[in-house]
Amino acid sequence: MQNGTKADIVIIGGGIVGTAIARELSKYQLDVILIEKQPDIAVGTTKANSAILHAGFDAHPDTLKARLNVRGNAMYHELEKELNLDIKWTGSLVVAKTDEEMVTLQELLIRGRKNNVPGLEILNREEVLAREPHLSSSVKGALWAPSAGIFLPFGAAVAFANNAIKNGVRILTECPAEEIVTRAGKVIGVKTPQGLIQCDYIINAAGVHADEISRLAGDDSFTIAPRKGEYILFDRKVGNLVNTVIFPAPSKVSKGILVCPTVHGNIFIGPNAQDIANKEDISTSPTGMSEIIDRAQDLLPQLPIREAITQFSGIRAAADCGDFVIRNSTTAAGLIHAAGIQSPGLTAAPAIAEFVVEILKQNGLLLTAKSAFDPHNPPTVVFKELSLAEKQAVVAQNPLYGRVICRCETITEGEIVAAIQQPCGAKTVDGVKRRTRAGMGRCQGGFCGPRVTAILARELNIPVSQVRKETAASYLFYEKMPGDCEVAGHE
Amino acid sequence: MNKQLFDVVIIGGGPAGLAAAHSAKLNGAKKILIIERDRELGGILQQCIHNGFGLHRFQQELTGPGYAQRYIQLVKEHPEIEVLLDTMVLQVNKDKTVIAVNPKQGVFEVQGEAIVFTMGCRERTRGAIRIPGKRPAGVFTAGAAQRMVNMEGYLPGKKIVILGSGDIGLIMARRLTLEGADVQAVLEIMPYSNGLTRNIVQCLDDYNIPLHLAHTIIAIHGQERVTGVTCAKVDANMKPIAGTEFDIECDCVLLSVGLIPENELSEEVGIALDAKTNGPIVDQRRQTSIPGFFAAGNVVHVHDLVDFVSEEGEIAGKYAALFAQSKLPENYRTLHVMAENAIRTVVPQKIALDHVSLDAVRLFMRVGKPEENLMVEVTGAGEKVLASKRLPIAKPGEMIVLEIPIDKFADAGDSIAVTTRQVVKA
Repeated sequence: MQNGTKADIVIIGGGIVGTAIARELSKYQLDVILIEKQPDIAVGTTKANSAILHAGFDAHPDTLKARLNVRGNAMYHELEKELNLDIKWTGSLVVAKTDEEMVTLQELLIRGRKNNVPGLEILNREEVLAREPHLSSSVKGALWAPSAGIFLPFGAAVAFANNAIKNGVRILTECPAEEIVTRAGKVIGVKTPQGLIQCDYIINAAGVHADEISRLAGDDSFTIAPRKGEYILFDRKVGNLVNTVIFPAPSKVSKGILVCPTVHGNIFIGPNAQDIANKEDISTSPTGMSEIIDRAQDLLPQLPIREAITQFSGIRAAADCGDFVIRNSTTAAGLIHAAGIQSPGLTAAPAIAEFVVEILKQNGLLLTAKSAFDPHNPPTVVFKELSLAEKQAVVAQNPLYGRVICRCETITEGEIVAAIQQPCGAKTVDGVKRRTRAGMGRCQGGFCGPRVTAILARELNIPVSQVRKETAASYLFYEKMPGDCEVAGHE
Repeated sequence: MNKQLFDVVIIGGGPAGLAAAHSAKLNGAKKILIIERDRELGGILQQCIHNGFGLHRFQQELTGPGYAQRYIQLVKEHPEIEVLLDTMVLQVNKDKTVIAVNPKQGVFEVQGEAIVFTMGCRERTRGAIRIPGKRPAGVFTAGAAQRMVNMEGYLPGKKIVILGSGDIGLIMARRLTLEGADVQAVLEIMPYSNGLTRNIVQCLDDYNIPLHLAHTIIAIHGQERVTGVTCAKVDANMKPIAGTEFDIECDCVLLSVGLIPENELSEEVGIALDAKTNGPIVDQRRQTSIPGFFAAGNVVHVHDLVDFVSEEGEIAGKYAALFAQSKLPENYRTLHVMAENAIRTVVPQKIALDHVSLDAVRLFMRVGKPEENLMVEVTGAGEKVLASKRLPIAKPGEMIVLEIPIDKFADAGDSIAVTTRQVVKA
């Protein structure tokens, strides 16, 4: 990229919010660039969270969270078809175990109805256990929200990005925003290590770093208070223990530690909530692990801990005001924040994108629909889910679909190559994993890791020693050391 | 889809599968198929370039590929044995049809008269043992690292900490040292190592690599690449002891924390597994709970010597061949083999008594923890001792083998017990 690159709009941040905005803007005759500091998109909060499409009864009716949650949830029904998203509309239960918690359910029911959440009802003990027979028998009742669902947040972000690129958006990775350039109080560009991008508008969708981006324009009107949540993922073998998203009755500070199925038939437990100082601190802790195991077993006493396959943590990008911060900057004209996007941000993302476009319009940006806009992504081949005849057909067309690389999840070389070659293609081992599931199974990449690394090196035409796990310098393997193999100190 | 018919279909072309194929041929099977997912036969042996294989089988110290080659040669000599490489089995059905896929043929189905499971095992991962901390690049299972170093020619790191003193961990400590890497330490959460004694001596002691017993990693550090680990001593319940923490700088953590038999296919068919071995429950012929399905090698129980894997493969191959030729009686009496006292696992878990299966029975056992001055006894009805063996030292990492002639079981009752008692030092 050379100095002098121009765009109408630069989006900072390639999480689900940034990519949803990119895709929304790609409907109009605009020149849009999305910049992401990491080698791949969706590697911040979007990759590690509860992956739930919330119904929308949690937030208070006068908040942006409430409004955009319910709207976003509805929008995913259309997006599911257009972008081939992996969504299961499982519904959710908030489970009460005491009379006091039953009162909380009533409050949630009233709030949810004010928020226009469809289909809410309170179930009695028998009705709950009929739906979820493995729940603790001490359950008294539950709030049933049929519109809730589970999905793949990074899958959705990649789908938004692929569709945005298809419709003309450019995505630049390893391209952090270093400076916001203004003239007379108005945004004129973004400086990056790849050069200056001149633009009229900047959208700040930088997740946990959104306050730092805001500061680049001298705007300290909000602060992100990062809050960590830890999770444990379980093998598919125990996936039949729950059918729906199961929350405990909420406390003042969080929705509590839940037990939740995933779209791929695993279950996870978590998250806890821990305010942290370092925004990159995605470590897990023994105390955190015990806390979520204990709380999850309150809901699901039979949960077998030995079936755990991995643990991870994610960081909520909570703003100090408690609500989403989606508005014009207080200091720089042309800078629009889409910040403080914590739960229910994944659900709200498409509605946030619409809202940002609305703000741009109010700011005077001329929006002309693009006649060539194609809302659809081509279907992706998921070998494992095909019938025998379909499997036969894809292998006949491309023999790479006949070579299974990830044995735990039955992911073929064809799928991996497609993940690397798609418009917003994988560049890292974790990027392949998120797009295809290769390495997500019970052996956690022990078998396929070296093979995926070799395929990435081949497809990206780089040496194996340049293949990365995830972040810019997360190289996996070294070239062998030259020289003799005399061992020091060996007699 | 036209379905090819085979007497014996073997899933997995590692040492167990190779031995099973050769033995099936010697025992009369006319059409044998080995399905192997890798691009060559030999399984994990191909990445085990160190020596120490074959002392029992060939009275010779071979490398892993050298040992594999002997069996590959035997298999190649027989046109009755067909091999499909680069082929993954997707599904095995109760009617002994096998659905597999490869780039050349696509998805196809074969029909066996008998099936032999020889899928081996996989490594336990960081997630399975829940090591806290960050998730930077540089954390590998020891076996994955071994493949990268020995087959692909890359190093997983330059300053290494190994968690777990299983044999692969020990072997990799030496291997990486020879490659010029600096192996800082091997940590073992148990108060003893599960590796073979010879490996501790030849792979750690000879290179001055410290082994910290009763220690574990309590945190992995590093944002992009591993920068270090925090370790701690553990108490008798394997919980870290506060105040014993220390840090080791490293750019790589290798995990050698156990192997799990790979039984997803067997489980899908509905074969009964032993909760202790994580492998199918088998009789001495290595027939599983479903007639016609046999199993051998690390898929049954994790071995420490490939020689025993080959032996087990030969047994499974022989009886699978007999089954395919309808030479195995359908009705027979079964004895259950119980593991008691210090014995944690025993294979086979059953003994079939018929007029065909006349080979002597070799019981393969492991103790649950290190023991000294142990008398291992196999007892039948009325506490009658069928066989015994005195062991000055018994370790979980070293398999105990006891051979019993089949006729001894004739009046042993419905079950026999493998039991132990403490004896005074000789």
